[in-house]
Amino acid sequence: MKLFKLTASALAMAAAATAADARDQIQVTGSSTVLPYATIVAEAFGENFDFPSPVVEGGGSGAGRKKLCEGVGETTVDIANSSSRISQSDIDLCKTNGVEEIMEVRFGYDGIVFATAVDGPEFALTQADVYNALAAKVVKDGALVDNTNATWADANAALPAQAILGLVPGTKHGTREVFDTKVIIQGCKDSGAHDLYLATAEGADEKEKKAAADKSCMELRTDGKSVDIDGDYTETLARLDADKTAVGVFGLSFYQNNTDKLRVATMAGVVPSTESIASGDYPVSRPLYFYVKKAHIGVIPGLQEYIDFFVSDDMAGPDGPLAAYGLVSDPELAATQAAVAAGTPMGPLE
Amino acid sequence: MTDASSAAPALPNRVHSILTESADMRRRNAAEGRFKLYGMAAIAVSFIVLGIMLWTIFSDGLSGFQQAKLTFPVTLTAETLDPKGNKNRDEMAKVTTVGYGKVLAASFKAELAARNIPTDGVTEKELVEIISKDAPGGLRARVLADPSLLGQTIEMTMLATGRIDGYLKGRVTMQTAERDGNVSPAQLQFADLLIDAGILKTGFNREFLTNPDASDQRPEAAGLGVAILGSAYMMLLVLIMCVPVGVAASIYLEEFAPKNRWTDLVEVNISNLAAVPSIVFGILGLAIFINFMGLPQSSSVVGALVISLMTLPTIIIATRASIRAVPPSIRDAALGIGASKMQTVFHHVLPLAMPGILTGTILGLASALGETAPLLLIGMVAFVDNYPSAPVEGFFDPATALPVQVYSWASRSDPAFIERSSAAIIVLLVFLVIMNVTAIILRRKFERRW
Repeated sequence: MKLFKLTASALAMAAAATAADARDQIQVTGSSTVLPYATIVAEAFGENFDFPSPVVEGGGSGAGRKKLCEGVGETTVDIANSSSRISQSDIDLCKTNGVEEIMEVRFGYDGIVFATAVDGPEFALTQADVYNALAAKVVKDGALVDNTNATWADANAALPAQAILGLVPGTKHGTREVFDTKVIIQGCKDSGAHDLYLATAEGADEKEKKAAADKSCMELRTDGKSVDIDGDYTETLARLDADKTAVGVFGLSFYQNNTDKLRVATMAGVVPSTESIASGDYPVSRPLYFYVKKAHIGVIPGLQEYIDFFVSDDMAGPDGPLAAYGLVSDPELAATQAAVAAGTPMGPLE
Repeated sequence: MTDASSAAPALPNRVHSILTESADMRRRNAAEGRFKLYGMAAIAVSFIVLGIMLWTIFSDGLSGFQQAKLTFPVTLTAETLDPKGNKNRDEMAKVTTVGYGKVLAASFKAELAARNIPTDGVTEKELVEIISKDAPGGLRARVLADPSLLGQTIEMTMLATGRIDGYLKGRVTMQTAERDGNVSPAQLQFADLLIDAGILKTGFNREFLTNPDASDQRPEAAGLGVAILGSAYMMLLVLIMCVPVGVAASIYLEEFAPKNRWTDLVEVNISNLAAVPSIVFGILGLAIFINFMGLPQSSSVVGALVISLMTLPTIIIATRASIRAVPPSIRDAALGIGASKMQTVFHHVLPLAMPGILTGTILGLASALGETAPLLLIGMVAFVDNYPSAPVEGFFDPATALPVQVYSWASRSDPAFIERSSAAIIVLLVFLVIMNVTAIILRRKFERRW
């Protein structure tokens, strides 16, 4: 094995020699929801600037932020894409590893839609319907009972009498968080189950009781009518193809690229579209972010240009390619552009 | 054991001709027949499964090697592309791909007017959308590299958008287009006119093998260029690192090492190493090569180091087996005429074991070529848009690998990537078949039986 060690150390020395002159490419990692947007920008950036295109990785929002906070230096990433806001624990991790200043850039919104196979019946859902169909316990005659609803019509008589099968994103997805808070907990409140949970919840104060009730609300049924999909949306689509009666949860951009296979359900009477999400009428949406390590600006060539380009009207604006792909443009984009140009680091989380 | 006949059970004293079948013989013959049938059934099942797999891959993927392309003359108007008119590269670089897109659109419309192709029914936006979003970038790079093209009219062939490509291949139909937000039936009817006029054609998709990856908005431009280069770099590095180390270790263990507890321990470890799941090597690679040694992320050198760790035991095991297969008489003869141990090994044993070592190495490389899991952790599962530069420097540039490209295309949202993912599997299979066939030919040609 001596020879192997020799080879490895020789390579390491060669690497040290090459790595001594600054890394050329920007390294981006994080959310797989943001990944397609980031690749669109990276590609256009490589075409129009004299810098190489950034290298963009997926892998998940949480994992990406952890990588961002690993430290400062050329072997660490420059940008973490994220479909949920950074948490205090991430910020603390960053601090302990010497990553002092992070820029938070919100570049748009993403909608989450419910869809069925294209030739299936029309669904006009409300959050309460989804809760009644998929939650572990539902309200019946003023009491919480195990969910026995077999068809959507059982959950709400106005819906088609189609067997319930919900394909929801697995717990490791950022999408699941939005699904839980904006659909399930909202539906739990609307159907009255939240109040019943609250009445029996244990906790020292109101806040703890509410958290306990929220947690109980988020429990989905385990009799096979609600299926967690741990893969990405292509897997959900494949499951939907195999079982035409299922209702799947997708990102708006994925739906927009597969409108020939999917029929979208309305939520609380609103058809999901970039317009209805931008106006706030469609209730199930979330902001998309990327986080930039400020210490790397000026060290990694092209980093400032890349983030400026990302939030420019040509890219993230309402007529840009990201909007064409399904991003809901941020109405406050101008403020974001100014903050990015000035290099304002993010303050403490409120 | 002095009297075997008395110890053995007495044979039944049945006397009959071997030409007539007894019940016992029939039973034994039937058992043999049944066993043959089971064997054939097992082979049939494996062939059917293989057949189904190949059929799905080829039926999905073969169309990926064809691509719809548009050919028409493009007038490179100097006013738009070089507003200052001084052919200065830096000044011209200020014109973005948006500007080049307009030039392409104008030339396309001019050509349609010149050929009297009716455009009613399609809006101006839909018309321009037929040209791939990749085309302006290619044109820009070409003009910036050669500013003398300005003002000229050049015949250009460019990709058509993914949905139109799908229409020519039967993936998109009038029915799906009605429900599809990205293409309209009017565009498809217009595409028919373009085909009749000879502007739109499908041809061999050379770009699929040379282009880098592309974003979700332009599946038609996505190619395997970076992945093939990355895989080639990794295989080269694995070869350079594994063969000397593996062969040296095997020769020492087989020919020189004393048989004691230590060599036994080494032996057990090598066998164990060969059975460790590949993802473990990925975690190790991230910790040692990237975080500790500071090698660059996503680079082929880190990928090769990680894959070497996996391939090394395979090569050592194959090499040791082929050294062991060289008969001791060869060694005895060499030692007998006065050769030293070293001379015996390098002049006689190693050349005779070479074919076995070669096949073992090639098979080890073939399995390394298909490895994805460890690359996931060292950042090679990524969108890489730039080719790595030439070796040695290029070993440290970001790259992807063939199986990784299959994986990342399979999870893209645009349906056109399904075809590309399967086509990438075909390319990977072709490489694997080439490697395996080489191994078989080498073995047939040089193998010696004792």
